[in-house]
Amino acid sequence: MSPSSPSKDCLLEVEHLFVSYKTRKGWISAVKDVSFSIGPGETLGLVGESGCGKSTVAFSLVNFLGSNGRIVSGSIRFEGSELVGRSRRELNRLRGNRISMVYQNPMSALNPTLRIGEQLAEVLTCHRQMPKAEARDRAAAMLRRVYMPDPEQVMARYPHQLSGGQQQRVVIAMAMLNRPALLIMDEPTTALDVTVEAAVLDLVEDLKEEYGTSILFITHNLGVVARVSDKLCVMYAGEVVEQGPMETVFTHAAHPYTRGLLGCVPRLGSTKKVFSLEPIPGRVPAPWERPDDACVFAPRCRHALDSCRQQKPPWLDVRPGHGARCLLAVDLTEKPLQLRGGPSGPTDAHMETPEEDHPLLQMQDVRVYYEQRKTSLRSLFGLGGKDFVRAVDRVSLSVFRGRTLGIVGESGCGKSSLLKAIIGLEKLNGGRLEFLGVDIGKTVRHRDLEVIREIQMVFQNPDATLNPSYSVGKQIARPIRRFRTVPKGQVRAEVVRLLQAVRLGPEYYDRYPRQLSGGEKQRVGIARALASRPDLVLCDEPVSALDVSVQAAVLNLLMEIQRELGTTLLFIAHDLSVVRYFSDDVAVMYLGQIVERGPAEAIYAPPYHPYTEALLSAVPIPDPSARQKRIRLGGNVPSPLDPPSGCRFHTRCPRRDLLGNESHLCEQEPPPWRRAGQNHFIACHIPLETLTALDPVLHQVS
Amino acid sequence: MLQVAEGTSQGKTSRRTGRRLFLGIRRTFSLIFASRTATVGFFIVAFWVSAAVFAPLLTPYSPTYQDWKAPNQGPSAAHPLGTDELGRDLWARLLYGARIVLVVLPVSQDLWLPGGTALWGVAASLALGAFLGLVSGYKGGWIDEVVMRLLDAMMAVPVILLYLIFVAAMGASAVNVVLAIAIVGTPGIARLVRGLTLDIRTRDYVRAAETRGESPWYVMFVEILPNAKGPIIIDAMLRVGYAIFAMGTLGFLGLGLPPPSPDWGSMVAKGREFILAGSPWAALWPSVAIASLVVGLNLLADGLREEAMRYQ
Repeated sequence: MSPSSPSKDCLLEVEHLFVSYKTRKGWISAVKDVSFSIGPGETLGLVGESGCGKSTVAFSLVNFLGSNGRIVSGSIRFEGSELVGRSRRELNRLRGNRISMVYQNPMSALNPTLRIGEQLAEVLTCHRQMPKAEARDRAAAMLRRVYMPDPEQVMARYPHQLSGGQQQRVVIAMAMLNRPALLIMDEPTTALDVTVEAAVLDLVEDLKEEYGTSILFITHNLGVVARVSDKLCVMYAGEVVEQGPMETVFTHAAHPYTRGLLGCVPRLGSTKKVFSLEPIPGRVPAPWERPDDACVFAPRCRHALDSCRQQKPPWLDVRPGHGARCLLAVDLTEKPLQLRGGPSGPTDAHMETPEEDHPLLQMQDVRVYYEQRKTSLRSLFGLGGKDFVRAVDRVSLSVFRGRTLGIVGESGCGKSSLLKAIIGLEKLNGGRLEFLGVDIGKTVRHRDLEVIREIQMVFQNPDATLNPSYSVGKQIARPIRRFRTVPKGQVRAEVVRLLQAVRLGPEYYDRYPRQLSGGEKQRVGIARALASRPDLVLCDEPVSALDVSVQAAVLNLLMEIQRELGTTLLFIAHDLSVVRYFSDDVAVMYLGQIVERGPAEAIYAPPYHPYTEALLSAVPIPDPSARQKRIRLGGNVPSPLDPPSGCRFHTRCPRRDLLGNESHLCEQEPPPWRRAGQNHFIACHIPLETLTALDPVLHQVS
Repeated sequence: MLQVAEGTSQGKTSRRTGRRLFLGIRRTFSLIFASRTATVGFFIVAFWVSAAVFAPLLTPYSPTYQDWKAPNQGPSAAHPLGTDELGRDLWARLLYGARIVLVVLPVSQDLWLPGGTALWGVAASLALGAFLGLVSGYKGGWIDEVVMRLLDAMMAVPVILLYLIFVAAMGASAVNVVLAIAIVGTPGIARLVRGLTLDIRTRDYVRAAETRGESPWYVMFVEILPNAKGPIIIDAMLRVGYAIFAMGTLGFLGLGLPPPSPDWGSMVAKGREFILAGSPWAALWPSVAIASLVVGLNLLADGLREEAMRYQ
């Protein structure tokens, strides 16, 4: 019955853990019958969507449940001794000494009023009663160990003076200072950029090898979990639904939920032409809606039988160490994960690169600068020059009708500013923006209603995209009335039509945003953007805040809409697999400039721009059999206040040495555009032949 | 046929609005009764509001009727709270005083507006403060700078002094008291609304409205203001308390409503002279009235705020 057989060599053993929270609805159980174990030096990945109880499990290990949570029953044995029922003081000692935690947001884990050095040293002086000087030395050594450049200087700084990646390194260093036996990492890389994430994951792996620390790694990202973990534990609605060795679970998933999750994420390298995402219908049930006498996943399950709804499925071991809570586990695990083929994007006739065609939107040398006030006394009196943040600097791009252009880049590269300039929320500081040949380089206040209605936007954060004060119907009706898309009497019918277009029923008309789930809110946001029947829809990371199963549904919806209405999409995202899957054309942006652009297939194969190559090698891939080249960028993105001369990427470029004696060119001259294919351009000093000769980033190991 | 269809749809809409209103009221009450603090505050406030509304039914006396034979009396069967130095019934004067604070605004001898002096004052300061706060928060730049510095300058002057200056300059009357309350309350509300606006204007739905090319007024009053209403309502409740306090102070200093109208503040001022003479009642009751109403409003506002926070 128990998925983990008790054994002597377990560092942590959790058995039949039940955790409840007290709410206004009474006691509700958030975690039910969870059992797992972690051996010494092992990494257990705990995956699942939000609201599945992953963090609750982690908090219950260190009894951090807060005033309204408690462990109802079960046992947690750590290094052979029972933790449940121990006093807070004993647990406190344990937390500092033997168990450490790393949280999602490094900024809130560090005390903003203390210098880094003091915070690190405090761990040792407090838990080990170490003299201050020795503690400082140890702290500096540990910072060096987590590859922090210039540790002595970093110790004298405050947390806000470090970048997000550096902060997370400090937090990890702090967690490792006491050489804990168990490290609990709760979404440690979710708030970081891909390139930084890759470096942090490398670091975790190195530390694991060096210190033999066991890790409980919590994440919703299947790619991340595939990179770091040995064992995998999939949670759904407070229960463990599948558990086993990581590679086996990825290749022989036994539970329909695990299989569903794997079908929801685009693999890097797959596109909408060959592979369509299969979202899991429905949503994670709220804790008080979870049945005790039926499979919790049955309402969303494609394979559900009648018996699934009548009894709770028992734990089935399909092979030693691999089991699932599903009646069909044995059958399913043998079935290969069928990733549905067939094109889901626009048909190929439509896809031919329309080179001579007139572009729908043309950007030429677009510049968006933000003025930065200097803090000197001189500028206080209006003297002295002004500084400019060069958010977008001379960007030229074309968007063609009916196609999807994806723009990728790390945060702060100017993607959002570019979108704001197109939609008219930011003033252009130079260059030209043409929509269907009409100059639209003005802010939205000065644009004609005709232009405004043709360009609409879908926003990132589902919780902020809808006004909480108005019903869904009213919010979709507003643009219809404003742009007079239909006569007055038919507004309601039009709203219902739009709701149906985004796969929501007419009953949503009177609902308020607080009654909707994240995915539903995002659908309403899409319906609102479509209400004026625009030609061009700008999508600002429309799926990055959604759970994977919902993410797939929203992506599919956008593609269906594009196919039906011929809408042109401009899509920005930091997730390269999503962009690759979703876009026809891709532009890679770095520090306000485009460094590479071309058809999606071309971007993801050599020749690469060195930056694209680094980005690609950093993406976590939800496929243990894929191997990536390991290219890591050093340092941080330079400040756009004072961008590097010549090629902006030269300060971090890992391929500069390919130029040999010519590498001074990178510092002195902006790189030329090199034509690598029909519509594929790379801005780099390195000759194309050299770039083409590089290995592809990704290859499959059979 | 078409008309019939429209009629039913209209009926449906109005029924829906009615139901929504009912649900809203029920939600508010369940919020109030979920908190003990708010419940106590609610009953104190409800006592004074109903006393003010039903004043003519609760006492046989007029507030200006003088019983020459019984000045400065203690509580008795004829005068439940006693009488003042002119033999006027204190209970009647208290009730009619509450009326002026909470139920009617005497503009002139013949024109009485519904809604008490304190409520009108707060409503006016809300309108003005919310407008200024919205504009400076949303527009930013030099408009923000100018408006906020002017309001800062106003806030630097002690509140009592401001009241005195306004009422002394404009003369003592109910309307001028309303104006004084409105002007003095504006900077605080403007600051609050500006802060809320700065937060709300970064939300995506505001950007969505902007990308539709909506006018700034639409964005401010339709997109932003409704989402700021929770904190504004709670602040307004506290401010009604301050306004009652301010009316009491002005009345005490002789700048409230002109006599013989039953003004709590002037009642305290008059009664004060007789405290040591052995009849403290005329000063005691209106003080208790002011204190209990202000405390009641504070309890209600605090309880509501706590309870609303817990909901989030």
